[in-house]
Amino acid sequence: MLDLAVTRRQGDFHLDVRLCAGPGVTALYGRSGSGKTSVINMVAGLSRPDSGHITVDGRVLFDSAAGIDLAPETRRLGYVFQEHRLFPHLSVRGNLEFGMKRLAAAERTQSFDQVVEVLGVEHLLDRHPSKLSGGEKQRVAIGRALLASPRILLMDEPLAALDPARKAELLPFIAQLSRRFSTPILYVSHSMDEVLRLADTLALMDQGRMAAAGPLEVLLSDPGLRPLTGRYEAGAVVSAIIASHDSSFGISRLSFPGGTLLVSQSELPVGARIRVRIHARDIAIAIDAPERVSIRNVLPASVVSVSPADSFLVDVVLACGPTRLWVQITALAQAQLNLAAGMRVHALVKALTIARGDVASVE
Amino acid sequence: MFTLTPLEIEALRLSLLVSFWAVAGSLPLGLGCAWVLARLDFPGKTLVDGIIHLPLVLPPVVVGYGLLVLLGRRGIVGSWLFDWFGITLAFTWKGAAIASAVVAFPLMVRAIRLAMEGVDRGLEQAARTLGCGPIRTFWSVTLPMMLPGILTGVILGFARSLSEFGATITFVSNIPGETRTLPIALYALTQVPGGDEAALRLCVISVLVAFAALLASEFLARRVQARLRS
Repeated sequence: MLDLAVTRRQGDFHLDVRLCAGPGVTALYGRSGSGKTSVINMVAGLSRPDSGHITVDGRVLFDSAAGIDLAPETRRLGYVFQEHRLFPHLSVRGNLEFGMKRLAAAERTQSFDQVVEVLGVEHLLDRHPSKLSGGEKQRVAIGRALLASPRILLMDEPLAALDPARKAELLPFIAQLSRRFSTPILYVSHSMDEVLRLADTLALMDQGRMAAAGPLEVLLSDPGLRPLTGRYEAGAVVSAIIASHDSSFGISRLSFPGGTLLVSQSELPVGARIRVRIHARDIAIAIDAPERVSIRNVLPASVVSVSPADSFLVDVVLACGPTRLWVQITALAQAQLNLAAGMRVHALVKALTIARGDVASVE
Repeated sequence: MFTLTPLEIEALRLSLLVSFWAVAGSLPLGLGCAWVLARLDFPGKTLVDGIIHLPLVLPPVVVGYGLLVLLGRRGIVGSWLFDWFGITLAFTWKGAAIASAVVAFPLMVRAIRLAMEGVDRGLEQAARTLGCGPIRTFWSVTLPMMLPGILTGVILGFARSLSEFGATITFVSNIPGETRTLPIALYALTQVPGGDEAALRLCVISVLVAFAALLASEFLARRVQARLRS
């Protein structure tokens, strides 16, 4: 459990951030220059806040009022940098053992063999970093940080320097890290795709401030935060479980709090916990349940809010049980439907609009 | 077959001994100075930088005379050293090593400082987050990364020591078996009639020794560099 409230002035830039990060993956998301990296550098002890406090699992790492400022080497945090930062004079084994060797055996919570196996780097142990590919280097860097048995793992855009193929190869590794090694992760990113795949909690940063923080699904379904989540196409994120597959029709049935969703068949097994992205433009609203219609997903819902997005578009937030759906309709449609908060409506989603890329495993 | 005369063996041995101790003795201080110049910022840094580099631009005779005034038997520090510890530096091979060290020092510091400035601070930060304190980080990350530069500095210093003449002859004179290194023996031979052939032989030995040092440094630097490349 990470708890921090810090301020720092860097030239004209003023940073003032509060954040609580529990178990699982907390994504620190924002544009470049919003202060994300500054925050994790302060957690790691690589830069010093002007004032405030930082605690991890109740242990005070920094407290300006009490005059506490632990050196980075005593903070027991793992840091995976954007560039791998492996030691070029050591072999992969030497790099992996670097942090581990400095811990008393009793304090080690991770086993060398297990980390090496999960990260798939056994065959690289005797090589030097210069002989590794970009993805392999980053995997070794993750292993090195994990083997220092950190109380929290800090990751600063670990995929940003990799090409798309290497990214796709590494994402599943990172997705399972937090659960597999029971280590909370603070993950800095400016890629919404990564955040969708990895994060349980989202912390949105804007110009040195924490604009919003909370469960990923809630924040991404909020049109009010669109200026911050915006580079990613408007839409909602729904957590669901794969209930069944129907191969004869090539569809999968997903169950989520609030209903069932039919989508193009997923290759994930029945029972898998997943996250589905539904684009705001792919949902239609009907006041009466339509009959004899090709659309397979007709979800009863109620209108939570209606607000103009620009002169031609209107943002509508629907509640489908506890799940929020963000819908965009034209201003013309709104003029005829006259949607208002509290109205009972139906959300229509074509099964085909939810493609494989929109369904991500969170296991 | 090229066999060495006793005089040549003695001069060669002294040259290697003096140069070895000049470099080995000043290396820790050189590392310290390089660290201060590469990593610290303080008022008067330019002055310190200037003082360290002074022997590079001063005539070696000036350095030698300065050492005599400072460390000679009646010198400011020398008399104190003699009274308390019975140490005499003037006119001994130890004095020759000090003269060589002072003259070679700026070259060594320059090379080490460049190497230190080339070390990625990000790697040091990574070591800190992995549980290494500042000193441990220096030994386990910074120093190994600097190795090629240190090697260059050591070889440069060693070569400069081998060729040292002016400061040495001024400070410790020309004493057979004690301070008569290769360049000094060579100079002495050119001053006596009929010494031409012997002088030429010393000339060849000097060239061979210098060349061997350069080749060795090149070989070592390549090996270390190949290991560090990423």
